[in-house]
Amino acid sequence: MARKLLLENINVPGIHTFDVYRQHGGYRSVEKALKTMTPDAVVEEVKTSGLRGRGGAGFPTGMKWSFLAKPEGIERYLVCNADESEPGTFKDRYLMTHIPHLLIEGMIVSSFALGAKTSYIYVRGEMMPQIRILERAIAEAKNAGFLGKNILGSGYDLELYVQPGGGAYICGEETALIESLEGKRGNPRIKPPFPAISGVWACPTVVNNVETIAAVVPIINDGGEEYSKVGNGRSTGTKLISASGNLNKPGVYEIELGLPVEEFIYSEEYCGGIANGKRLKAVVAGGSSVPILPANLILKTINGQPRLMSYESLSDGGFQTGSMLGSGGFIAFDEDQCIVRNTWNFARFYHHESCGQCSPCREGTGWMEKVLHNLENGHGKMSDIDLLVDVSKKIEGNTICPLGDAAAWPVASAIRHFRDEFEWHITNSKTAMEQNYGLAKYADPLPKLEEAIQN
Amino acid sequence: MLSVTEHKEIEFSANLISKFEEIVTRYPEGKQKSALLPILHLVQAEYGWVSPEAMDKIAAFLQIQAIEVYEVATFYTMFFMRPQGKFVLEVCRTGPCCLVGAEKIMHHIEKTLGVKEGEVTADGNFSWRGVECLAACGMAPVLQIGPEYTFHENLTEESVDKLIENLKNKI
Repeated sequence: MARKLLLENINVPGIHTFDVYRQHGGYRSVEKALKTMTPDAVVEEVKTSGLRGRGGAGFPTGMKWSFLAKPEGIERYLVCNADESEPGTFKDRYLMTHIPHLLIEGMIVSSFALGAKTSYIYVRGEMMPQIRILERAIAEAKNAGFLGKNILGSGYDLELYVQPGGGAYICGEETALIESLEGKRGNPRIKPPFPAISGVWACPTVVNNVETIAAVVPIINDGGEEYSKVGNGRSTGTKLISASGNLNKPGVYEIELGLPVEEFIYSEEYCGGIANGKRLKAVVAGGSSVPILPANLILKTINGQPRLMSYESLSDGGFQTGSMLGSGGFIAFDEDQCIVRNTWNFARFYHHESCGQCSPCREGTGWMEKVLHNLENGHGKMSDIDLLVDVSKKIEGNTICPLGDAAAWPVASAIRHFRDEFEWHITNSKTAMEQNYGLAKYADPLPKLEEAIQN
Repeated sequence: MLSVTEHKEIEFSANLISKFEEIVTRYPEGKQKSALLPILHLVQAEYGWVSPEAMDKIAAFLQIQAIEVYEVATFYTMFFMRPQGKFVLEVCRTGPCCLVGAEKIMHHIEKTLGVKEGEVTADGNFSWRGVECLAACGMAPVLQIGPEYTFHENLTEESVDKLIENLKNKI
C-alpha cells in the first residue's frame, strides 16, 4: 500500500468525532506548533516541505505565506477555500465529510503561523451537510480548548467560522471568494494588489485550499524535510485524486505524487480499469479546465516515457502534448463517449459560470457554447472549427481572472487532439446524431509530434 | 427575474432575527454586510424562496441599500427569485455526471413529475432543474434537495422513483 498522510485513518469508525480523532493522534500538530515553535518556524517548515497549492494552481504554499504583509495594528486573515466546484473534483467534500477535524487542525496551525486571530472556511453553499459537520467539529474543538481564547495556555487566540457560498463556481477564484465573503457578487478583483497585501476588508489575507491546509498537519507532525521525501522531484508529498467518469472504481484516492498514470487507472489498488470492459479513449487529468488528452498521450509522454501523476510529468510537452495536474480531478472517458458533446457540455458550464465582468469571457464563452451546440446537433460548418480555435485564443489571457483560460483550454485542446472527430460531426452530421465516433486511433501507439498536434 | 406583482409585508420571526444577530458577530464591526449570504440561505430555508419584500427587510436589518441585496441574491444560483415546489430536485448536468447517465435521469424526472425544468407541479409539491457540477463526480449521477441539501448518489431511474415516492409520503 502506498503511503498515506491525510487519509490514513479515514476508515476508523467515528473519526469524524473529536474524541476518536484525538485518540488517533489528532491535534498533535497544534500542541507542537503552539508550545514549541514560533509562527515563523511553522512557515519555514512548510517552505521546506515543498508543499504546493492543492486547489489547482500549484503555487508553493510556504512562499505564498511569506508574502503576507504584517503591518502593525492591522488584522490578518486566513481563509480556507472550500468552494470546491471544478467539474471532476470532489476530494474536499470527501475530506470535510469524513475527517473534518483534519481541516480544523490544519486551520489552527496555519492561522497561528500567519498570525490570524479570526479565520474563515468558505464552503460552497450546496454543501450544507458539510457546513453542519464542520460547525459541529469546530464546537467540539473549542470545547476541548483548541479554539477560542488562550489556546492550550499558549496565549494565542483564534476564532474559526464557516461561511457558506451561494452557488457560483467563480468564487473558487481567491479574489472572487474574498468579495463573496464580504457579502458581494463574486466578481474577481484586478491584481495587484494581491490578497497578501489587501484581501478581505482590505486586510492582508491568505486563501488556501482545503487539502493544502490539511497537508500542513503531517508537515508539522513529521517535519517539512520528511514530507519533502515523499513524492517525486518538485512534486512533494501526497495528493488527493478525485477519480470519475467511466472507471470501475471511481472515488477519492490519496496517491504519492509520481505514481504512473497507467497504474492509477488500471491497478486494483486504485481505479481498477475502465468500466464495463471498455477501452480508454481520453482523460481530463486535473479538473475540467485542464487540456483533455487522448488515451495514448495520457499514458505516455510524447518522448515515450511513462506519464506520471505529478505537476511536472502531467505538463510534460506543454499544451501541445501535455496537460496539468490542476486540482486532481481525474475524469476518464471510455470509447463510447463523444468528445464533441463533452466539449459542448464544458463550454456551457463556463458560459453559465462566467461572472460577466470581462467581455472576452462573457461573450466568448457564449459563442463557444452556441457553435459547439450546433456542431453536436448536426448544424455545424467546417469553418466552425477554426472559429472555435479563434474565439478560444481571444479569451485566453485577456481576462481579469483565470476563468477565461479555464474556458478556452478545454475547447482548444479538444480540437487540437480530436479534430478528426469534430470534422466527422460535420461531414457525417446525420450519422453523428445516432452514433458516436468511437475510439478511432486515440489509443494507438504514440504518434510523432507533428501528427499528435492536428492544430 | 424579480417578481414585483404584488407587495406583501413580511415579518421575520424572533428566532430568525436572533440567528441573524449571531451571524453578524462573526465579522469585524461595521462589516455586517458579510452576513448577507448566510442570511439569504436562512430566509430561503424559511420561505422556500427569496421574495423582494424579504430582500428589503434583509437590507434594513443589515443597514445596507436594497440594491446591494438584489444584486447579490440574483448573482448566486442557489437563491430562488420565485416560489418553487416544496421539494426542488437539483440534478447535476455537468460533464462527469453526463458520462454516466445524468441526461437520462433528467428526462426521467421530467416524465415522472410531468413538468418541464424550472416549472412547479400543479399540487405545488415538486419542481426540478439541472445545476452545474455538485462536486460529487465519483458518485455520479447525483442530485440534491434543499433546504437541507440532502444528497442522493449513484442515481438510477428506479432509485429516483423510490426517492420521489418517499418525498410524497413526507407531504
